Amino acid sequence: MGYVAIADRDHEIEHHDPQTFITKYVWSQDHKVIAIQYAGTAIFVGVIALILSAMMRLQLGFPDQFSFINPENYYQFITMHGMIMVIYLLTALFLGGFGNYLIPLMCGSRDMVFPYMNMLSYWVYLLSVIILLISFFVPGGSTGAGWTLYPPQAIMPGTPGVDWGIILMLASLAVFIVAFTMGGLNYVTTVLQARCRGMTLMRMPLSVWGIFMATILGLLAFPALLVSAIMMLLDKTIMTSFFMPAISSMGVDSGHTGGSPILFQHLFWFFGHPEVYIVALPAFGIVSDLLSTHARKNIFGYRMMVWALIAIGGLSFIVWAHHMYVSGMNPYFGFFFATTTLIIAVPTAIKVYNWVLTLWEGNIHLRVPMLFAIAFIFTFIHGGLTGLFLGNVTIDLPLSDTYFVVAHFHMVMGVSPILVVFGAIYHWWPKITGKMYNETLGKWHFWMTFLGTYSIYLPMHYLGFAGVPRRYFAMGNTEFMPESAQDLNAWITMSALFVAATQVLFFINVIWSLTRGPKADPNPWDATTLEWQTPDTPPKHGNWGHDLPECHRWAYDYSVPGYEDDFIPQNVAADVAPAGRDHGGAH
Amino acid sequence: MPFAVVLILLVVGSLVFHVFSPWTFTPLASNWGMIDFTIDITFWVTGAVFVAVNLFMAYCVIKFRYKKGARATYEPENKKLETWLTWLTAVGVAAMLTPGLFVWAQFVDVPEDAHEVEAVGQQWHWSYRYPGDDGKFGEVDAERISADNPFGMDPDDPNGQDDVLVMHPEARVPVNQPVKFLLRSKDVLHDFAIAQFRVKMDLVPGMQTYLWLTPTETGRFEVLCEELCGIAHHTMRGAVVVEEPEDFNAWLAQQPTYSEINARVAGNAAMGAAQYAVCAACHGPQGEGLQALNAPKIAGQSAWYLKRQLQNYKSGARGAHPDDTFGKQMAPMAAMLVDDAAIDNVVAYIQTLPDNPPQVTVDGNVANGEKLYRVCSYCHGAEGQGIQAMNAPRAAGMTDWYVARQLQNFKDGIRGAHPTDFYGFQMMFMANVLHDQQAIDDLVAYINTL
Repeated sequence: MGYVAIADRDHEIEHHDPQTFITKYVWSQDHKVIAIQYAGTAIFVGVIALILSAMMRLQLGFPDQFSFINPENYYQFITMHGMIMVIYLLTALFLGGFGNYLIPLMCGSRDMVFPYMNMLSYWVYLLSVIILLISFFVPGGSTGAGWTLYPPQAIMPGTPGVDWGIILMLASLAVFIVAFTMGGLNYVTTVLQARCRGMTLMRMPLSVWGIFMATILGLLAFPALLVSAIMMLLDKTIMTSFFMPAISSMGVDSGHTGGSPILFQHLFWFFGHPEVYIVALPAFGIVSDLLSTHARKNIFGYRMMVWALIAIGGLSFIVWAHHMYVSGMNPYFGFFFATTTLIIAVPTAIKVYNWVLTLWEGNIHLRVPMLFAIAFIFTFIHGGLTGLFLGNVTIDLPLSDTYFVVAHFHMVMGVSPILVVFGAIYHWWPKITGKMYNETLGKWHFWMTFLGTYSIYLPMHYLGFAGVPRRYFAMGNTEFMPESAQDLNAWITMSALFVAATQVLFFINVIWSLTRGPKADPNPWDATTLEWQTPDTPPKHGNWGHDLPECHRWAYDYSVPGYEDDFIPQNVAADVAPAGRDHGGAH
Repeated sequence: MPFAVVLILLVVGSLVFHVFSPWTFTPLASNWGMIDFTIDITFWVTGAVFVAVNLFMAYCVIKFRYKKGARATYEPENKKLETWLTWLTAVGVAAMLTPGLFVWAQFVDVPEDAHEVEAVGQQWHWSYRYPGDDGKFGEVDAERISADNPFGMDPDDPNGQDDVLVMHPEARVPVNQPVKFLLRSKDVLHDFAIAQFRVKMDLVPGMQTYLWLTPTETGRFEVLCEELCGIAHHTMRGAVVVEEPEDFNAWLAQQPTYSEINARVAGNAAMGAAQYAVCAACHGPQGEGLQALNAPKIAGQSAWYLKRQLQNYKSGARGAHPDDTFGKQMAPMAAMLVDDAAIDNVVAYIQTLPDNPPQVTVDGNVANGEKLYRVCSYCHGAEGQGIQAMNAPRAAGMTDWYVARQLQNFKDGIRGAHPTDFYGFQMMFMANVLHDQQAIDDLVAYINTL
């Protein structure tokens, strides 16, 4: 018996509708519920990480003014802020949240191919979050090793949380990776196996492409973090020496010998650099769809966009040591990694050009999701260009380990993806909840977030030029730093507190929409992709009612000449509406 | 429309900020002008892209904003345009990468005539080693490090006997001579960075790293550790003083070599006893201290710390601040000790005095003090016993009113602000965490319980 596609066996597969409240909303195997569970948990820990950043900014802006901040908990704040934001918020939200919600709906599937494993993925993720949160309350507190957890420092006295915090941190990461792997295998398999009839790979919306590529990156990159976490746990608990050379710590011989701290850095960044793209590629994909939909224009250069995603994903595995130019690794590596790093700018720039060219001759609706999407282009250009400074090994010499680095990666990996997250939430909110959000509140939220974050990070680059090192509890007096650097730091802190506070508007909007929001149109943006064509809004279990949709065109048939509406949904047959430009052909 | 205007204003504002920002690179003091040149090229290329793409985007937002009845153009791709943009980007990238790699090739290639200085990092201090007359460093080993051998020198290595050991965080180098800094860490990762020199490199335990430069300006340049190394990371500062070669040579000749340090005779307590008669007038015959005369207990304090403080009083690193009323009284007393041998003798005598617990005079909230002490414990030890390797003196079992006063002095910049009080300045950072008198009292009350 030959292989029969899942879409062709749809009526033979039994779909067990959840019956009870528990199976519907708690132990749910429905990808949409799991998506919301993932997103809710991720946003919850994200708020904690936001509060931690406010604490650290208080110290930096107004040194030693607050008795609840000391060097010990300051380093714990920065560590947990970074780790939560990168792993437990952004990775979980883009893949566990948006990936779960969008893949089956955009591909025209009933659910993920392994619903039970999908459920398990969320609950294991929650377990990793719980372990992480417990580490705040153990004796000695959470680890203060910096989110990079570099040994030997991470497991030696002199660093906060060296007793229990670091152990729980490493354990939590290992558990997270288990959760991610279960989810990730699911996303990849679903994209490859469960697309509806006619949904060829080159017809898929870029959101799915971005999430798909990011998941592949994650499946290949996270194992490096897993082994380094396990090896460090062993170094810490049973005195192995994977990463630990002979050390005299505080006058005492540590008893280790022969390990290599640089080995950890290679493993960490072999994961860590693809991790940047694990966050960025879904954002790239999603923002492409937002721009196209709200500009009423096809995404410009779709095939180039897909290949750029693939190229960036591939290149992201051979640039990792650009995080280590001044780590003491063999300096000749610098030639190779600087070259690969700057090459990655080419496909990335192509994506930026194509986003901007998508706006050209469009019919641009500046609704809230579109504001966020265009603002993303602005901040991403900024963050991408500063990456050309740091990636170029020579320029990294003065700028590495300064505020320039902090500003750069927050611009490119903090602000930019978060703008996409908000844009995406506003964009899909009507589909997810069946309610509209408040446009005015959304616009206020946008303006304050966008302008506020730029006011944080633009000046921060200049502190880096001046030579202010990152991860300093206090700068004190130096001879080379102008005194006004402290004033600038105070300004940055005020901007940061402002941005943090204005996020309340988002939550007010959520509550307003859920309680008083008007009922949403099933396809309020006149979008082409399949998730807007579901028979119910929000979609019910199984998504499509009795029959799966069939896909007849690519995802970007906007403003096709000769057709009255300015959009043609993907499931509209070719004899009903003209095919604009079809990629990938029939199934 | 307002959105596009804001985008344009952000572009213009960013340029204006860039041009007028007082926060920019420090004046260059090394040969690495090529790094600044590469940065300039990168600014021009990236700046042009930043302006061009964002203004184009703003133009689109204005020109193609939603109009009822308008319709977007259907244009899936434009191969010619896409190819053109790709090549243009590649050229721009090459324009930045080429000088970058060219300069990096210089950085990895150390000049033959560079002289060598070893910078040694530990939590949270710098020290330095010079190869001595033979131009060769002796072997070192982390497992040999001890209080008597802080560099971990091999005592049997002939190359190491003339190595010059600088056991404080200030190094000196001659101007206009290429210098290769060999970097070594005793414990965790550190980073040797000097903003004016532009170059930096991590120190990695278990291996040796390096960087090189030619200092082109004389002066004192601060060394900052720029790789997170624990809670006092931000206090891990040092300096490199660049001076004329003759001044440098004179300075180097005064520094002790490894064999000279080993040959030092231990202090003679019997000889110190005579000198102690002067000290006893205030500090008491048993070194027990006398609060009425503002003289702290010195019996039971570590020898290395007493010696350092006596040297600091002599050199003016301590007791010279106009508001340091009691330190000023101590300075002339310390000056009576004519040389290091005299200091060693009197310190040796103090070591023979009985270590009796002093009277408790400070009252505070012990529970709060315990919380505050956590930060202190990293260097001074969980029992307040002091850790020589951390350059942290004993705090427990000493006169409490004195500890409290010193904390206040550090906080007020009365102590620790002198540029050669190499360890005192770290306490200025740490004492700032204590917000008021109550916090100091609470902390000292807790130390009294240790």
